[in-house]
This record gives sequence, structure tokens and C-alpha cells, in this order.
Amino acid sequence: MNTKLIAEIALTHLFTKKKQTIIAMLGVTFGISMFIVMISFMTGVNQFMEDMAMDNTPHIHIYNPIQLNGHAIVEPASTETKNWVVLQHQRPKNVLPKIKNGMQVAAEIAAMPGVKGVVPSVTTQVFFNNGPVQIPGTISGVDVRKQDELYLTSGKMEEGNWDDLLKGTDVIVMGHGLAVKASVKVGDRISLTTPQGANHLVKVVGIFSYGISMLDDSKSYASLATVQKLVARDPSYVTDLNVKMNVMDEAAAFKTTLRKVYPNLYMEDWQEANASLLAGESIRNIMTFVISFTLLIVAGFGIYNIMNMNIISKMKDIAILKATGFESPQIVSVFLLESLIIGILGAGLGLLIGFGISYLLSITPFPAGQFVRINTFPVNFLVKHYLMGVSFGFVTTLIAGYMPALKAAKIDPVKIIRG
Amino acid sequence: MESILQAKAIVKSFPENPDLQILKGVSFTVEQGEFLSIVGKSGCGKSTLLYILSTMDTDYKGDMYMMGQHLNGWSQNQLAKFRNEHLGFVFQFHYLLPEFSALKNVMLPALKLNKYSSSEVKERAMAKLELVGMQDYADKLSSKLSGGQQQRVAIARALINDPAIIMCDEPTGNLDKNNSMNVFEIFKKLCSDNRQTIITVTHDPDFAAKSDRIIEMSDGLIIKQ
Ligand SMILES: Nc1ncnc2c1ncn2[C@@H]1O[C@H](COP(=O)(O)OP(=O)(O)OP(=O)(O)O)[C@@H](O)[C@H]1O
Ligand SMILES: [Mg+2]
Repeated sequence: MNTKLIAEIALTHLFTKKKQTIIAMLGVTFGISMFIVMISFMTGVNQFMEDMAMDNTPHIHIYNPIQLNGHAIVEPASTETKNWVVLQHQRPKNVLPKIKNGMQVAAEIAAMPGVKGVVPSVTTQVFFNNGPVQIPGTISGVDVRKQDELYLTSGKMEEGNWDDLLKGTDVIVMGHGLAVKASVKVGDRISLTTPQGANHLVKVVGIFSYGISMLDDSKSYASLATVQKLVARDPSYVTDLNVKMNVMDEAAAFKTTLRKVYPNLYMEDWQEANASLLAGESIRNIMTFVISFTLLIVAGFGIYNIMNMNIISKMKDIAILKATGFESPQIVSVFLLESLIIGILGAGLGLLIGFGISYLLSITPFPAGQFVRINTFPVNFLVKHYLMGVSFGFVTTLIAGYMPALKAAKIDPVKIIRG
Repeated sequence: MESILQAKAIVKSFPENPDLQILKGVSFTVEQGEFLSIVGKSGCGKSTLLYILSTMDTDYKGDMYMMGQHLNGWSQNQLAKFRNEHLGFVFQFHYLLPEFSALKNVMLPALKLNKYSSSEVKERAMAKLELVGMQDYADKLSSKLSGGQQQRVAIARALINDPAIIMCDEPTGNLDKNNSMNVFEIFKKLCSDNRQTIITVTHDPDFAAKSDRIIEMSDGLIIKQ
């Protein structure tokens, strides 16, 4: 087939109907650019939320939950079938949420392949006493160096120094919101009450902010030794192991392996811990795609319409081309090529404009206030999305252009030329 | 020697009115190099016959042979190729592609044929335009030409691939005496020098009288040949 000739005819058509061509092109441009902006922004938000949550979520959290023994001890005792045993408000035994040999288990897991590190910690609820007011919160005793290494806690410090936790005992860092509620500043001392009823005086050496009010309003950190002392336990007492993987997505599989090694420990991976967040994310993703596809389909209908009109206005031309010997596949090629040129130019421009709007959005200040640590709109710039945009645009125009082109090829030249 | 075109018992009716036959069994032969005129009253079926001869209309009864080939049952694409290579047309309503220049209009069927390089095609197209006295308008958009000028460009286009048969539906309908004579001379020369065959429908009695043979039609039948 004579490609050059077909291209020449198609280009001549496009150039003589400049206005129509540009309008059809802008339809595609609009669809693609909105697609890019939407998907960049939505995935940016998702990514931001995930990062924020993942900042502080261990990939696998190992702990010892308080469990009720499903059976009452009296049950097996009363073997007589006619007797019912009614047990109301069963209470747990006084078991400690301690992980047996916690430090050793932590070292063992840390040595396993795929594991980046393990932070052993002791977490307990405490009340921070602000005069007569008791503010509920938690305090986590952690391996200070490890915690920073794996979770970059020092980067979240608003005031003070994370490393100051290493200097002496009875020092803590607390969340921004918690510090406000307790009205303490760096350097102040505050009294706290443990669940066991003991009072302690600790010094605040730093204030952190994750940008998640749930954490910032209740959480505080100290060294392992400090918290072990608070709850009056020995240095082997560990309640939580926070495992961080090299690859986040391997967590669930690794958890299954770990279960076999430590059948008595309870484990939760980050997907379980963030199930509600992930559900929200998949809903947002679905919405993004539905809206984006709708935009592209609308653009496709635009092309379909314009190409249809184009072909109706060119009936005579098509008849002449056929009369002088052009075959159907060549007629299809001419009009399909016209659609494709419109589609490719429109999509290219759409990418540029989409990138431009996304960029502007990414430097637009985001008035998030205290709650979220963010300055501008979260926007992702992923090559993947741009490739998707172009291929969707390409396929849409191909389909939208093919049907009218087929119609053009079916035109009976005699009907037209007879006049 | 074999006839270049042979029509056998061509019957044509339109689907709107299948009982009304527009052509009621038309048979004739044309020899190579012949200059044939078809005449007859308006509405007698001349154009209808010409569309069938041109292979564009395939919805008829009867048999068509051209250049020794039986054309019944060929696919549209095969027929398009055949037209491109062997047939040239001038339609009753001179149809040019309005987006293209006069020269490009003449060149297109040759570019499609793809036998000569595009510079050769251009030269040949210029020569054909010169033949019909349109060389000065070569670069003008065809939609900006007058009716007679368009008709002459259409004639140049019909000649571009040196077709064996040239079919014209009132090629001189829009031309003054001078230009009509010029077209006649061109056709005459093509027949005698190149042994190309001309089949032309005409209302111009002078034009018809000077051709080799006249077929007269009336009401879907040939009444004199
Ligand atoms: N598409 C059509 N459907 C039905 N009837 C048609 C159609 N085209 C032409 N006819 C009829 O066929 C007959 C022959 O028409 P045709 O165009 O062949 O006439 P003609 O001899 O070329 O006339 P003229 O000299 O005016 O061009 C006319 O009666 C016309 O009404
Ligand atoms: Mg006619």
C-alpha cells in the first residue's frame, strides 16, 4: 500500500479543516490532561496517607494479647450432662503481656533474611498529671538507636533531640498534642501515673509531631530501661516487637513463616493493622479510574462525532477516490490515520497540560493546620500514569476513528456520483 | 481480434422500483481504438449504462467483458484496482477533490497506481493539464476553478494513467465551442495515436457526428448503432 499517498491525503484533509481538527484534538487533550491530574493527585493523596500511617506502623507487630480462656475451669469438673454451667463476666488471669525471652526472639528475628530490623519495646498506658487533671496517654520504651534507625523518629522532632533519650533515665519525648494538653515545654518535668498506681516524675527532653493527631495527642517515647523501671519490671521485660522488612510487601508472607517458628506469639502485619486505610485507598483508586475512564470515553465520543461529520462532509471525495481506483482498505487507512493524528497530538498536548496542572498543584500551599504535616498538595509524578494516559488516548481514538472509517469505506460511489 | 469491451443483455432496475427496468437488455461491443458516442433523450438511461460499464455499479443482470476479462463476480477491491489501471472517467457532474490543487487532483490516480516516481507523475500530470489548456491553473485549489475549468482538469485526470478505455458522461457539457473542439481533438488523437478507446455520452450532435460510431438509446434500449 502507498503509505506516503495515504498520509498526504489525510494531512490535507486535516489542514483544510483546521478548526474541526483542533476541536477534536482539544477533546482528547482535555480528557488526557484531566486523567493525568486526577490520577496524579489521587495517588498522591493515597501515597501520602500511606506514608504517614506507615511512618509509625511496624511491618509486623508481635505482641501478646490479653486473651480469655474460652472454657471455664469448672466446666470439665461438672461432667453430669443435666447440669448447666452458667458463667457470667469471665475475667482474664493476671497474665503479663510479656513476650517470653523477648530480647532473644528479637535478635533471632532480626537475623532472618529479608528483615531490616526489630525494635523491642515496652508499651504501657499512663496518665500524665497536669495539676488535678489526668491526661491519658501511652509511653513506649524502645531501643532508642534502633527505633531511630528504622523509623526515623529523630526526623519527626519539633523541639529537642531524640538522642537526648540516651542521656540519663527518666527522660521522655512526647507528642505535640499531648504536650499542649499537659502544658509542658522541653525541659519541664511532669508527673505520670502508671496502671499499677505508682507515680513518677520524668523530664521532657523533646516534642515530636507525626502529623497524625491520633499519635501526637497520646504517644510518648522513652528508653527501654526507663519504661521497664516505670512498670517495675526487670530488663528482660518486653511487650512488643516491631519488625521492619526490607520489602514492605513481603510482610504478610514472612508473617506466615514466623508463625510456624513462634506459634505462641500473636502477629499482625501492616495490611491488617491498616485495613480501614487500605479499604479507603482502594475505593479512592476505583473512583479515580472510573472518573478518568469516563473522561476518556467522553473524549472518544467527541472524536467519533467529529470524524463522522468529517466523513459525511467528504462523501463526494470518498466516491471520487473510489471511482479513480482507491480500494476500501486505503480509504479506511486515510480516515483512521486522521483520527490517529488527532489522537496522538491531542494526547501529547494533554500530557503536557496534565503535567503542568499537576506541577502547579504540587506547589500550591495546602492549608492543613496542625493536624497533618504537609505544606503543599500531595501529587505523584509517575511515568506509569503518563504512559497509561497516552495508551488510553491512543486506543480510544483508534476505536472512535475506526467505526467512521469503516463507514467511509462502505460508501457506494455510484450513489454519490449519480448526484 | 477480440473486442475491448463487450456488454451482453444488460438489464438494470433500481431497488425502489424493481419492476421498472431502466435498461431493458442492452448489448453491444466496442473495438480497441474506437471513438464511440452514446446519444439519446434525457432520462433514457445513458448515465446508468455508463456506471455499469465503469464497473462502479455492480447491481445489474447480464454480462460484462473488458479487455478479455469477465468482470461479473469480481470484488469491489479488485474492480477498484482494475479501474485505476485500465479505465479513466469524466463524470457528468465534474467531480474534483476540493481540498487539493488542480495538479494534485490529476496526480492522485497515478500516485495510487504507483508505477512512476512522484516527480515523473508530476511531469506527466503537467503534460496532461497542458493538453487541456489548464497548465496555468495547476496550483490553484480545484474548488476555486470555474465549471469549465474543473471539467478540463477532470479530463486531464481521466488521462493520467494512459487508460485503455476512457469513459465520459457529457465531457463538453460546460465547455464553449473552442474548448469542446479541443477536447474532441485530444480524444481523436488518443484513439488514432495510442489506440485508446473512447466511450462518451453526449448531447452535442456535432461532437457525436464526428466520432467513429454512434449508439442511439431510447427508453432503456439501443435503437440504432
Ligand atoms: N438512483 C435512482 N433510483 C431510481 N431511479 C433512477 C435513479 N437514477 C436514475 N434513475 C432513473 O433512471 C432513468 C435513467 O437515468 P439516467 O441518469 O441514466 O438518464 P440519462 O440518460 O443519463 O439522462 P441525462 O441525459 O439527463 O443525463 C431516469 O428515468 C431516472 O429517473
Ligand atoms: Mg446522464
